[in-house]
Formats: sequence, C-alpha cells, structure tokens
Amino acid sequence: MSARRLLAPASLGLFALLLAALQGRLDDYELRLVNVAGINILLAASLNLTNGYLGVFSLGHAGFATVGAYVATLLTLPASRKAMMIPDLPPWLMAAEWPFLPALLAGGAAAALCAVLIGYPVLRLRGHYLAVATLGFMIIVQTIAASLVSITRGAQGINGIPPFTNLWWTFAAAAVCVYGIWVLDHSAVGRAMKALREDDLAAQACGIPPLRIRLIAFAAGAFFAGVAGVLWAHLITVMTPTSFSFGLTFLVVLMVIIGGPGTVAGPVAGAVVLTALPEALRLLENGFAIRGLVVPPLFGASQVLLSILLILFIIYRPGGLFGARAVLRVSQEDA
Amino acid sequence: MDFLVYVLQQSINGLTLGSIYALTAIGLSMVYSLLRLINFAHGDLLMIGAFASLALGRGDALSYAAAILIPLAAVALLGMGIERVAYRPIRKTPEVTALIVSLAVSVIIQNVFVMTVTAQPRRFALPEALTRIEVLGPLVINRTAILTVGSAAVLLVLLQLFVTRVRLGIAMRACADDVDAVELMGANSNRVIMVAFGIAGALAAVGGIMLGGLYGRIDPFMGFLPGLKAFVAAVLGGLGNLPGAVLGAYVLGFAEIFFVGMLPPVASGYRDAMVFALLILILLVRPQGLLGSRG
Repeated sequence: MSARRLLAPASLGLFALLLAALQGRLDDYELRLVNVAGINILLAASLNLTNGYLGVFSLGHAGFATVGAYVATLLTLPASRKAMMIPDLPPWLMAAEWPFLPALLAGGAAAALCAVLIGYPVLRLRGHYLAVATLGFMIIVQTIAASLVSITRGAQGINGIPPFTNLWWTFAAAAVCVYGIWVLDHSAVGRAMKALREDDLAAQACGIPPLRIRLIAFAAGAFFAGVAGVLWAHLITVMTPTSFSFGLTFLVVLMVIIGGPGTVAGPVAGAVVLTALPEALRLLENGFAIRGLVVPPLFGASQVLLSILLILFIIYRPGGLFGARAVLRVSQEDA
Repeated sequence: MDFLVYVLQQSINGLTLGSIYALTAIGLSMVYSLLRLINFAHGDLLMIGAFASLALGRGDALSYAAAILIPLAAVALLGMGIERVAYRPIRKTPEVTALIVSLAVSVIIQNVFVMTVTAQPRRFALPEALTRIEVLGPLVINRTAILTVGSAAVLLVLLQLFVTRVRLGIAMRACADDVDAVELMGANSNRVIMVAFGIAGALAAVGGIMLGGLYGRIDPFMGFLPGLKAFVAAVLGGLGNLPGAVLGAYVLGFAEIFFVGMLPPVASGYRDAMVFALLILILLVRPQGLLGSRG
C-alpha cells in the first residue's frame, strides 16, 4: 500500500527533474516544441472529457482556446503596449497588469462561461448537434475577435505578449488537468458521465441529471482549453483571431481518438505522438531528395495522411491505442 | 420610394444567396434523413463543382454547357463514390463515428486540392452572357442571380416530383422513416442511399458553380463555411425535412443580406457570428425547426 502511495509523488518528482534538465539543455525550437506538446496534452485531455467520457462530440476547442487567450492577454499585456496598440480600451482594462496565475485562471473561467452558455441549449439535444453548434461557436469567436477592433485590434492581432509560459507552467497545468481527470474517472460524476454515454435512458432512470452532468463535463473541458490558449499566447507572444482554427480542433480530435477516448493515458500519448508526427511529416511537405530522387514539396500531404490514419483507427481500432474497448461503439439514440 | 427599391434590390440578393444555400442544404438534409449523418464533407462538393467547372469552361458556348453539366455529373458520381468507400463500411456504427469520418473526408478532399491546385485562390468567371447586368425599371439585376434563382427553382421542383412521383424517390422517403421496413418490402436500400448521395452531389455542384460566379474567386476551402451554413439552414427548417431545408435556406439567405444591408456598417463584420448565433437560438427555442415535428 505504501509503495502505491509513493508512486504518484515519485513519478512527479522524476518528471520535475526531467523538466529541470530539459529547460537548460534544449535550444529555442526544441523548447517550444516541448511546450507545445504540453499544451497539446492539456487540449487533448480536456477534449476527452466530452468526446471520450461523455460520448458527446464537441468541435469547439479552438474557440475556447481563443476566448481564454484573448481574455488573459488583455489582462497581462503591459499598459504601455496597450496604450500603443489598442488605445480605446476601457480605463480599468488599460491599467490591468495581472500576474500570470490569475490571468490563466481568468482565461479558463471565461472559456468555461462560454461553454455553459452554448451547452445549456445544445446539450439537451442529440449528441451530434453539439458538433455543429461548437464549430459555429468557433466561427462566432473568430468573427468577434476580428471585428471588435477596439478591444482585440482585429485581424492585425496583438503582439508583444509577455513570454510568461515555460515548461513549469505548461506541465503543471497539464498535470493538474490529467490528475483532475483521473480523480473524475473514479468519482460519482465520472461514473455518471460514462453511464450517460452508455445508455442515457437507463442513467436517467437511476436518477442521474443528464443536462447538469453534461454541462459540468463540457465546462470543465472548456476551462482547460481556455488555459491551454492562455499558455500558447504567452509562449508565442502573438495572438490573432485565427491563431486557433479548425485545423487545431481537428488535430486535437485526432489526438483523442488515436490515443484512446475515455481513457486517462490515451489522449496524453496521442498528444505527444501527434505533436511529433506533423514535425516529421513537414519534411515530406517541404520536399526532399534521396540519392538524386527529388521529391517535390507537397503542401497538404501531412493533413491527408493524418486524416487517413484517423479513418483507419476509427474503423479498425475505435478504442485507440489505450482503449480496452470501443467507447464510440455505443449509439446515441434520442437524447 | 427609394427605400422600397433598396429593399427589393436586397431581396434579390437574399433570394440568390438563399438559392445557393437551398441547393446545399437539400443534400445535407436528405442524407441526414436517411443515415442520421451530418456530412461535414458536403460543403467540399461545392468546391469540387466549382473547380471542375473552371477546368472545363474555355470559350465557346458548347463548352459552357459542358462546364455546368459535366461537373454536375462528376460531383454526383463522386458523392456516390464517397458514400460507397467511406460511409457504407461504417453505416452500422454510432452516429459519432460517421461524423468523425465525414470530418476526415472533408480534410482529405480539401488537402488533395491544396496538393494539386494549391491553396492560392483562382479567378472564376462565368461566361459574359451569364454575367451581364439587366436593368429592370429602378432595379439592377445580375444575370448570374437570375440563373442561380432559376436553376435552383427548376431543380427543386424536379426533386419534389422525384420524391413524390418516382418509385425510387418514394422509396427514399420510406427509407427515411424505416430502412428495415423498406428492405422487407423488397427495395434495395443501398441503391436508395447511393442515389441520395448522387442527387446531393449534383445539387451541390450547381450551388458551387453559382457561388464561384457570384464571388469571382474560388479556393480549396471555399466550401467549408457555406456547408456549415447550409447545415444551419437545414436545422432552421427542421433537419431531415426537405421543404424545411429549402425554407430555412431562404430565411437564412434573407437574414444574412438584411443583417448587412439594414444595420450600420459596423455590424456587417458580425455577419457569420449572426448566422451561428441564430443556430444556437433555434436549438434553444425550437430544436425541431420551423417545419419539423417533435419526436
């Protein structure tokens, strides 16, 4: 028993040592890639709440990340930069120069609030309505970010965001998210989510309130997506309305499905694999030469390969790499 | 008086946009009624139709007829092919699986076009005879608008005749109610579903050519947003309900045009946000849509 208890703190400690070692040794490109991998873990693990555990398909992660990133950016950006780039901000927002942690939480909270507003009407319906409604939400967010010039600086975007994000912040957030999901997996709420996924009529008959449970999962997923957006904006230091687009959502969906929807470890593994894979495939897209055989650049090729991979997984291994069984097997009859 | 002319002029624009949405929404709704599948790849068929037309239309009148009819047939065949290859193997799986596969099909189609014709937007011009401006009293009408509205009307009437008078069309409506019962009656549901995908593809191809003609530019991603908006139209009218999809499409077309035309210019940037806010509003107050029935 004591050995099991020690396992989690010991592995965390080892991981922290690894991070400390990495922080000093990697060059800028590698450091950024490892940070992006951590942010992707956060995105995939949180999308797994709805798309894996709940069996309700959300495509809104890019939208929630955008909301979180803009809210936090406006709070952390130095007042002098705001005065220069977006002079029409209300005075209280102009003066705000929050530290990173409260800004991170505020970004997540704003995304969660949006999720409740969208989820309340949509989560009562059949599962797949959410897919289109959340995709629509992403477009609403992008449209507002591009048009509300006095606050977001429109399509020009905001630059000079303080580079607060480092490996510690990224992986602390990812660890909190994954640990939270692990706790949820073993809690009454987590079991209620899985019950709703398997058979929502039977679950309701057992006294599980479907809308409330779905809203909790959807909002929690959006919170971490918002946090991921904040981390990304403070890593890249530039934020535009299209920083997070449909392409990102699709990649995160891939991570969840290839890793294993409805498992704790699956999306983490999926995120790591699918952060590395596109980097490798980029070689292919840029063209290369082997022994005089010149392969011309093929932009878009990596997207095609990843999509084919997705289809193969969903047909032949719907449980993903880590799934013992297919969670997507269950049909979503009238909700 | 000026105001009335302005409203009429904008109504023509709304009717044109609505026609394109109708041609797209019908296919989405038809496929949904048969398979409970939200086909995210449907919008990309518009794009393929437009590119096929661009590749074929070169000069003389004969090739212009070919530039509309051949893409129509080609996209119909392609739609059937996608059904056979991607959707039929997963037909018995849950809805969410099919949704993800359609998403992947969409990304594949878009990126195959990026690989072959590049993401660079292309100039797209309908022949001069179809773009001439007609002056009708105080109104100024582009022939493309007339062609769009006219061809949508003809095709929708033909479709209505098909689903009410032709055996295959009647079987299609029956399949939407109960596939197993249709199979028991001796009809081949695979054939019905394939024909539905073919019709959906053909209508989308026409919509794509008209969309290209209206905007004058086409690119591999042009179908994504119209495809999503057509879904909003289909939900607005009642998902799976064909007259509903047409009604929803025209309501949406008018709503978009008047949102831009009647509100101060600042608001026009929010046009797309308005469309999807409308979707969420509909799902909140009347999820079965304007013409749909509960259940």
